[in-house]
Amino acid sequence: MSPWVHKQRNLLDFTLSSLSRRKGKTLGMMVVYTAIVFVLASVMLFSHAIRREAAVVLAKSPEVLVQRMVAGRHDLIPARHLEAVKGIRGVQSAEGRLWGYLFDPAAVANYTLMVPTNPRIEPGKVVIGDAVVRARSADPGDLMSFRAHDGALVQFRVDKTISRESALVSADLFLVSEEDFRRLFGIAPGLFTDLAISVRNPREVVKIAEKIDAALPDTRIILRDEILRTYESVFDWREGMLLVLLAGSILAFAIFSWEKASGLSAEEKREIGILKAVGWETSDVIRLKMLEGMVVSLSAFLVGYLLAYLHVFYFGAGLFEPVLKGWAVLYPKYKLTPFVDELQVATLFFFTVFPYTIATVVPIWRAAIVDPDTVMR
Amino acid sequence: MIHLSDVRKAFNQGKSNEFWALKGIDLSVKAGKVTVFRGPSGSGKTTLLTLVGCLARPTSGRVRLRDRDISGLPERFLTDIRRSTFGFVFQQFNLLKGISALENVMIPAYPLGRDRKDLARRAHELMESLDIHAKAQSNAEWLSGGEAQRVAIARALINDPEVVIADEPTANLDSERSRQFLGIVEALKASGKTVLMTSHDPLVCDTAVVDHVVSLRDGQLVEAR
Repeated sequence: MSPWVHKQRNLLDFTLSSLSRRKGKTLGMMVVYTAIVFVLASVMLFSHAIRREAAVVLAKSPEVLVQRMVAGRHDLIPARHLEAVKGIRGVQSAEGRLWGYLFDPAAVANYTLMVPTNPRIEPGKVVIGDAVVRARSADPGDLMSFRAHDGALVQFRVDKTISRESALVSADLFLVSEEDFRRLFGIAPGLFTDLAISVRNPREVVKIAEKIDAALPDTRIILRDEILRTYESVFDWREGMLLVLLAGSILAFAIFSWEKASGLSAEEKREIGILKAVGWETSDVIRLKMLEGMVVSLSAFLVGYLLAYLHVFYFGAGLFEPVLKGWAVLYPKYKLTPFVDELQVATLFFFTVFPYTIATVVPIWRAAIVDPDTVMR
Repeated sequence: MIHLSDVRKAFNQGKSNEFWALKGIDLSVKAGKVTVFRGPSGSGKTTLLTLVGCLARPTSGRVRLRDRDISGLPERFLTDIRRSTFGFVFQQFNLLKGISALENVMIPAYPLGRDRKDLARRAHELMESLDIHAKAQSNAEWLSGGEAQRVAIARALINDPEVVIADEPTANLDSERSRQFLGIVEALKASGKTVLMTSHDPLVCDTAVVDHVVSLRDGQLVEAR
C-alpha cells in the first residue's frame, strides 16, 4: 500500500479513537442527528412512495371521465350521452359507471359503493375491502343489512374480501351488483354516475375531450392526467405542511449542531497545538477534524435513513400515517412498495451532512493556524 | 550543527505590550552533544528552544540547520524539518488524554504514512527500551509523572530524529526520577543523538553527561561553557 493510503488509514483510526474519547458529546450529537434524518427521510420516503403508488394505480384507470353537471353540481348521466360518446371518432370504448357512498351507522364510516363490470357480482352478494372487513368484523358468508333510499331493508351476503395488497385504493370498497345498487339508491335504469372512456391513441386524449365537450355541453370532462396532478398536489401539500411543522425542530438541530460542532473546547485547542508541535501540518489537523465530522454525520445519515426506510416500508409509517394518508375514518392498511429516489437521497444528504461538516471545519481552521510554539508557553 | 547569529524574538511587536524575549543571540550547537540552556524564569531559554526546534521563527537574525538557513522558511517546510529532525519532550509532557500511551507514542508518525504494523512495532520497541512497555495500553491520564515523561520521550523518538529537545524535563520529577531521566539522556547521547534542554535544576546542569551549559538572562547570553 502507498504511504498516502497508510496516512489516510492512520488518520481515520486516530479519528475514531478521538471520537471515542468524547463519548458523551459524540453519542448525544449522533442521536439528535439520526433522529432528524429519520424524521425527514420518513416524510420524504413516504410521500414519494405514496405518490408513485397512486400513479401506478391511476395508470390502469380510464383516460377520460365524463360527468353530467346540473346547476354546477355533479348529477346522474343518461344512457343517451353514452351513445353520443361512442359515436365520436377515436373513442375505443365507453361504459357507464355506477358508484357512490354509503354511510354505515353501525361502523360510523362511509363505504365507497361500486358496481364492477368484470367480473359481475350476483344480486344479494357483496365483495368488501380490507377496512370494511375490520370495521364490521365481517367474514365471507356473513350478512350485512342497510336501509335503502325508501327505508326498506337491503341485505347482502359477503361473498369474498379484497386482499390487503391493494388496500390503498380498495380499503373502503363495497362492490355490489347493478340491481342492488339501483335498488339501494333508487336510481332508475338508463342512468349512470358517470362515463368512463378509453381512447385509441393517447396523444388524441385532449382532442377527444374537446369533441365530447362540444357534443355534450352539460358535462365536465376529467382527464387521468388531471387526477394525477391533483394527487400530486394533495401529497405535496401534506408533505409541505409536515415539513413546516418540522422546521422548528430542524432549526433547533441546526443551532445545536453549530454549538456542538463549532465550539472548540480549551482541551481540543490544546490538542491541536500538541499535534502541530509534534509535526502535524495545518492541513493534517483540518483533515482529522473533517473526518471526525464526516464520521458523525455520515453514520447518523446512514442509520437515520435506514431506520426511516424500515419505518415507512416495514412498519407502515406509524408516526406520520394519519397526516400523510388523509383524514378518512377507514384508514387503509397496506405496505408501500419500497422505492428510493436518488435525487431525494442526494438532497437530504446535502442538507444534513454538508452543513455539519462545514460547521466543524471553520473553527478548526482558525484553531489549526495557531503557532505550534503555543504548547511551549 | 545548529548556528544562531544575532537572533532576536519579539512578542506583540508594534503593540503597547511589545516584549523582546531574545535580544541578539549568537550560538552554535554541536551535533551529538548534550547542551543545556540555563537561566531564571523569563530569561528566554524556552523561546530559544522554540526557535532552534522550528516551532517558531525569529523576528530577526538567522537560524541555520547545518548549512541551510531555516529562519525564513514557510510553515509547511518548517513542519517538515521539525518532524524529521526534532523530537520534543514538553515540560507538561502534553500527552493526549483518553487514548493509550502506545497511541500517544505513534501520533507524530501518522502524517508520514508509515505502515501501522511497523509503526506499532517501533513504538513497542521504544517503550520497551524506556522500561514503560507494561503501560502501553494504559490511558495517558492514568500514568505517573515519571511514566508520562518516558512515554513523551518515546513519542519524541518515534520518527528517529537527530535532535531531542526537552523543556524543563526534571521540573515535575523528584530526584530519583530526575536521575533516571539523565540516564536516558546518556543513552540517547551514546546512540548519537543531539540533546537540547532547558533547565535551572543544578542536578541537570552539573551532571557529567552535559557537554555545554549556556546561561541566559533577560534574553541575552551571559555565559557559555
